[in-house]
Amino acid sequence: MSFLEVLYIVVPVALAYATPLIIAALGGIFSERSGVVNIALEGIMIIGAATGIITTLTLTDLGAGVFSPWISLLVAMVVGALFSLFLAVPAILWRADQTVLGVAINMLAIGLAIFVVRVLYNKGQTDFIEYRIAKENVPFLSDIPVIKMFFINVQYTSFVAIALAFVVWFVIFKTPFGLRLRSVGEHPMAADTMGINVTKMRFMGVMLSGAFGGLAGAVYAVTVTTNFSGTTIVGQGFLAIAAMIFGKWNPLGALGAGLFFGFAQALSIIGSNLPVINNVPQLLLLIAPYALTILALAGLVGRADAPKSVGIPYIKGKR
Amino acid sequence: MLNIRKEFGTFVANDNITLQLRKGEIHALLGENGAGKSTLMNVLFGLYQPEGGEIRVHGKKVDIENPNIANELGIGMVHQHFMLVEKFTVTENIILGLEPKSGVTIDRDTARKKVMEISEQYGLKIDPDAKIEDISVGMQQRVEILKTLYRGADILIFDEPTAVLTPQEIQELIQIMKRLIAEGKSIILITHKLKEIMQVADRCTVIRRGRYIGTVEVDETVNEDSLAEMMVGREVNFAAEYSKADPQQVVLDVQGLVVKDSRGLKVVEGLDLQIRAGEVLGIAGIDGNGQTELIESISGLKKPESGKVLLNGKDVTGHTPRKMTEAGIGHIPQDRHKHGLVLDYSIRDNMVLQTYYKEPFSKRGLMNYKAVAEKAKALIEKFDVRTPSIDVAARALSGGNQQKAIIAREVDRSPDLLIAAQPTRGLDVGAIEFIHEQLIKEREKGRAVLLISFELDEILHVSDRIAVLYEGKIVGIRDPKETTEQELGFLMAGGQRGDETE
Repeated sequence: MSFLEVLYIVVPVALAYATPLIIAALGGIFSERSGVVNIALEGIMIIGAATGIITTLTLTDLGAGVFSPWISLLVAMVVGALFSLFLAVPAILWRADQTVLGVAINMLAIGLAIFVVRVLYNKGQTDFIEYRIAKENVPFLSDIPVIKMFFINVQYTSFVAIALAFVVWFVIFKTPFGLRLRSVGEHPMAADTMGINVTKMRFMGVMLSGAFGGLAGAVYAVTVTTNFSGTTIVGQGFLAIAAMIFGKWNPLGALGAGLFFGFAQALSIIGSNLPVINNVPQLLLLIAPYALTILALAGLVGRADAPKSVGIPYIKGKR
Repeated sequence: MLNIRKEFGTFVANDNITLQLRKGEIHALLGENGAGKSTLMNVLFGLYQPEGGEIRVHGKKVDIENPNIANELGIGMVHQHFMLVEKFTVTENIILGLEPKSGVTIDRDTARKKVMEISEQYGLKIDPDAKIEDISVGMQQRVEILKTLYRGADILIFDEPTAVLTPQEIQELIQIMKRLIAEGKSIILITHKLKEIMQVADRCTVIRRGRYIGTVEVDETVNEDSLAEMMVGREVNFAAEYSKADPQQVVLDVQGLVVKDSRGLKVVEGLDLQIRAGEVLGIAGIDGNGQTELIESISGLKKPESGKVLLNGKDVTGHTPRKMTEAGIGHIPQDRHKHGLVLDYSIRDNMVLQTYYKEPFSKRGLMNYKAVAEKAKALIEKFDVRTPSIDVAARALSGGNQQKAIIAREVDRSPDLLIAAQPTRGLDVGAIEFIHEQLIKEREKGRAVLLISFELDEILHVSDRIAVLYEGKIVGIRDPKETTEQELGFLMAGGQRGDETE
């Protein structure tokens, strides 16, 4: 197997795994740039995944056919945004500790999702969906040597994720909304004196993060697992948070970090079929993404890059 | 503003205060630290809601519920602690909340042009593309002023604008304020510096402990003494004559000290210094000539590269701060927020930061908070720290009271050597007088006092000997009675040793 052929196999898998990470990391950026720590991303992804599968199953029954997974993505965004209110309301209005709150929401999410599945289907996990967002070869582009590695066996959701990274970058750094969002995450009191509604901006940040997290969970469910159970989302949300930090809270950085983590995950999954890499113990490949994350966070990224007021509730009139 | 009243819990910060600003005047608001000046202005700016009284702008009664309304009424505030986002550029900070747009994006070219236009109109020199974290404090303040002008403010509130500025920057600011008045703006200047009021203000309103004292025209009939008396409520002795020093044995002996700063440059280079018991040694020098590093190496915060620090004849070079403290050093740090207090701790806990592990404050590894509280109460009383209670976080106190709390803690241990680094920075005359008295008292008890200050007045006033620090070395020692500001200034600027100033 030539090196290029290895890439033809690895890159599509890497893209598939990177997609939800990128989307969720973008969500994390909205929340943290506004000053709210979002550990709850994991839980929001669980809710998104459950919503994605349940909606797809329901729509398929109603006859929506191949459109059902795509519609379910939109539904998951709305549900994710609403679910993120569990974080937004206590964290912003009641000044709860955001980290503890996030952990609690993650526990709530898995319990709630399984409960709903049991109520609806009378069993612990859903059936597999009939119409998934399938892997396709992009016409024309998949025929060009070398660059075809990005266009064979690929889901269109991957392109959506990459496009979203650029859109979010544009919103955060080029629009008034982005400037205001960043200002409340850096120095909320300064923003307040400039007439910016800190509470409103933080709500928008968290709810956007919820929408993206919901989308990410649903994408993972309808592209990779195709059903929902208690083990559908196990750690992807945390990996997305790592990708966000690794990318220094910059959407394009998160894109790069997401791709990198996706690549690491792909290696651990299909590495045993590849030359050279199949000599590496599988255990090492499995822990690689996490070990790399720890190394990256310990060595490469300083705390200094985080929004200055992230995690600190804003109290009007405090000196 | 008529009969304003503002309460925090049971504490009345403003009680029936009236302030009337005329168009085109600079109106000074004078009061001691904690008198309620900032509170009053925050009411005007909409950050606090008053419990009583009313505000009228151009004769019309208004309700200022938030800063937006204040902005619309043309009221702008230049905050004492700048309200700037450090990672943003100057332009971004100015336009924040009111961004010019083209389509959905921020129109940066228009923004930049507009900012530059205002900056030129009022003579406020700035670099529109620099990040706030990279520019000087003086320029940050100009950005704050531009923020208000960009929003079309006609009434500008300056909250203790000179507290953080160098003397040159203060002169520049005074020029800026005069220019603003010439352009038809009105200014409320919050300050406790009498000199500045005499220099720029047209009228002056005085408040004391939250109450309105009076408003006076600043003209020939008013002088610094009479203003000070109104502010403090008693006569203030600016030129208190202190008794003569009676220096005894050497307490601190610094020999050939070399210290590097955080960038690894040698900033103290072979410094020799002796301080005796029963004297105040003042160190004069321009900021950045090694003062910080000298203090840090004597107080144990930084290890010197080479050289020796002897305290009462014992070598304490490079010891930890706790060992230094136990050896008999007290330290009133220049940055009271960073090194003086734990801002989120209560005043009570702050009082035992160096002694908490000793009896009676802790016994067998358990804290005795009753003893701590008693100590704190006693200190607060003795040093007149004005705080609603000992359980209040240090952060909530005014600068002057925070400083008094630190001095209470340090002086109470009566250390053999007391280091006082800029002990009166940003304080009002009453507090300054009090702190100087405390330093002299320590001296009279036979302690050694090392005073570091950038204010020559202060050095000349309190010291028994003056050592001039220039580029990490002591370049001259003078007797305050025989030297002049000119001579010291000459030495501080690197003039040769000797008598060339004659």
